[in-house]
Amino acid sequence: MSGIPHDHYEPKTRIEKWLHSRLPVVSLLYDTLMIPTPRNLNWMWIWGIVLVFALVLQIATGVVLVMHYTPQVDLAFRSVEHIMRDVNGGHMIRYFHANGASLFFVAVYLHMFRGLYYGSYKAPREVTWIIGMLIYLVMMATGFMGYVLPWGQMSFHGTAVITGLFGAIPFMGESIQSWLLGAGAVGQPALNRFFSLHYLLPFILLGLVIVHVWAFHTTGNNNPTGVEVRRTSKEEAQKDTLPFWPYFVIKDLFALVVILVIFMAIVGFMPNYLGHPDNYTPANPLATPSHIVPEWYFLPFYAILRAFTADVWLVQLVQFVSFGIIDAKFFGVLAMFGAILVMALVPWLDTSSVRSGRFRPMFKWWFALLCIDFVVLAWVGAQTPNELMSWISLIAAAYWFAYFLVIMPILGVIEKPLTPPSSIEEDFNAHYPAE
Amino acid sequence: MRDRKVTQMLRKLALSTAAALALSSGAALAAGEGHVEDYAFSFEGPFGSYDQNQLQRGLQIFTEICSSCHGLNLVAYRTLSQEGGPMLPEDQMRAYAAQYTVFDPTADDGAGADVPAQQQDYFGTSGMQGAPDLSLIAKARAGFHGPYGTGLSQLFRGMGGAEYIASILTGYAENPDCAPDGIDGYYYNTAFSNGGYPETCVTEDGEHMVPGSWIAMPPPLAGDDVEFADGHSTEIHHEAQDIAAFLMWAAEPHLNARKQAGLTGVIFLTILAVLLYLTNKRLWAPYKHRKA
Repeated sequence: MSGIPHDHYEPKTRIEKWLHSRLPVVSLLYDTLMIPTPRNLNWMWIWGIVLVFALVLQIATGVVLVMHYTPQVDLAFRSVEHIMRDVNGGHMIRYFHANGASLFFVAVYLHMFRGLYYGSYKAPREVTWIIGMLIYLVMMATGFMGYVLPWGQMSFHGTAVITGLFGAIPFMGESIQSWLLGAGAVGQPALNRFFSLHYLLPFILLGLVIVHVWAFHTTGNNNPTGVEVRRTSKEEAQKDTLPFWPYFVIKDLFALVVILVIFMAIVGFMPNYLGHPDNYTPANPLATPSHIVPEWYFLPFYAILRAFTADVWLVQLVQFVSFGIIDAKFFGVLAMFGAILVMALVPWLDTSSVRSGRFRPMFKWWFALLCIDFVVLAWVGAQTPNELMSWISLIAAAYWFAYFLVIMPILGVIEKPLTPPSSIEEDFNAHYPAE
Repeated sequence: MRDRKVTQMLRKLALSTAAALALSSGAALAAGEGHVEDYAFSFEGPFGSYDQNQLQRGLQIFTEICSSCHGLNLVAYRTLSQEGGPMLPEDQMRAYAAQYTVFDPTADDGAGADVPAQQQDYFGTSGMQGAPDLSLIAKARAGFHGPYGTGLSQLFRGMGGAEYIASILTGYAENPDCAPDGIDGYYYNTAFSNGGYPETCVTEDGEHMVPGSWIAMPPPLAGDDVEFADGHSTEIHHEAQDIAAFLMWAAEPHLNARKQAGLTGVIFLTILAVLLYLTNKRLWAPYKHRKA
């Protein structure tokens, strides 16, 4: 599967040969597990396994939760409480599932920013990156729909706000919104279809993950130097790499278990810390919470949505030029989806000749600023809007777009990168000199 | 040269962010903030667990005072005997349930009638319009994501819904000077954050001059409202903490089991992490420690 020269599976026994000539499944598993992996991968290359674990955890706990949950507006809230109170171990399973979403998103953000720093999206890994962005989108859809199911106050009013975003689309917005909700407002049809999709999407996610893995197994992993594995001969390739099993499986498992210690502490000792207390009040269409906030993992993009208010000159300009078709609300929606789109386009926006940020002296600073920007956006997304918060979110949102649309293209041209090592072996041996 | 410009710009940005943060923290009392006292409850922290006696006292306060208006409709009588709860002996729990009646549609040859409640029945719903059900109130009012939206008070001081409940119950005060007549039919409470607020107590900048707001619930506790069989203090702060603890249990009946599972999980995973660390170290040793 991989373009890196390495030993392939050879069926030895008669039964292996029998199976191999009919279905080469062992060969597929062997080549997947034994893929040559750059020796110099650092601890930022462990998030993939955390993500796989999170997906499996969510599916496993989710399947059990479904056995006890009722997707009916008058019963949903009570059925979740039934899980929390009466189902054996139900409270743990639900807390694992609710906090599992947070684990999933922590890991995916670190995984994405790892890719952004080390240029993992650059040729020839653009397809891996694009599929990754699709995974992220499906994750967001799944996370959002899952949050609706307990039918608490935040579930209900959050759904109204988020589907309302589609209502901002000119001309056909209202039709799209009712089509999504299956009715003019949030109610039974919305709950039913979100429940159905919340069960379906994780399996689509699983499919996308397999394609994601397939794509980077074809190109080989990136690594902290961004230097490709030498492929001229098997001997040279072996000096740059080690097989995934056991070297990286054990390393990744160690990292996974360390992260699970923290995860277990959160689930055991403060399982509601990342949730919103309003969701412990049953949904009441007549009482809107004073302050509707999405789950923490949507906050950066929620902040971008709110940043572009009607008094921003750019919004006014666009509204004028588009003859009022793009109003402030629709502009915000476009900005939010645009913020994710520019990230997806980064393989073509980054003009640098060097892949890894490690050898880009100026890029490092702009990237650090992007990380801070992301945290600021997440923080401001949870604040009650006022003049100051509007300014902070506007500046932070502007930097997000500037980074991808202006800084990345220009930086690649004006920056003079350092010279990366000639091979991964050289980098690895520099870290671990012979004794 | 170019690098210098970048640094300058970075510095400017950092300064403006710092200024912004300082500004927001300077605000005296943002609209709708109440004073919540940080009580120490036995169930806080990783090793915390419910105090069975406190839960029983809280049950008594709920029964004698709160239940006249508020419901507890997600809590079944049988759970009063469950491990990690008030743990009433089974006969007491059954007797407790039997004080109440539930409607049985099959009774009286299908005509339906009120019959004494049994262990599998649930506490009733709120008997008064506007009085929220208390089953989950301790979790639904745990929104202390301060300071500055970081959630640190919850993380380090264990601030939660129980603190909020106890603070509400002890937070009643005389109408403040800015509104000596208050709001008709409502009571000034220093902890209650989302009630009515007289215009006279709002400054020109829209800030609140006094904490809290006006609540519809008349002060339910005054001190010495009940008499405990174990002779425990009935001072208002003690009563408030007892009922708050009981409501925390009502909202999270498996807290003890959860913390135990968490602790077991953390210990076992830590051991596994150490083993994997050693395995990993040994596995990589030939490559990381090469002989020259």
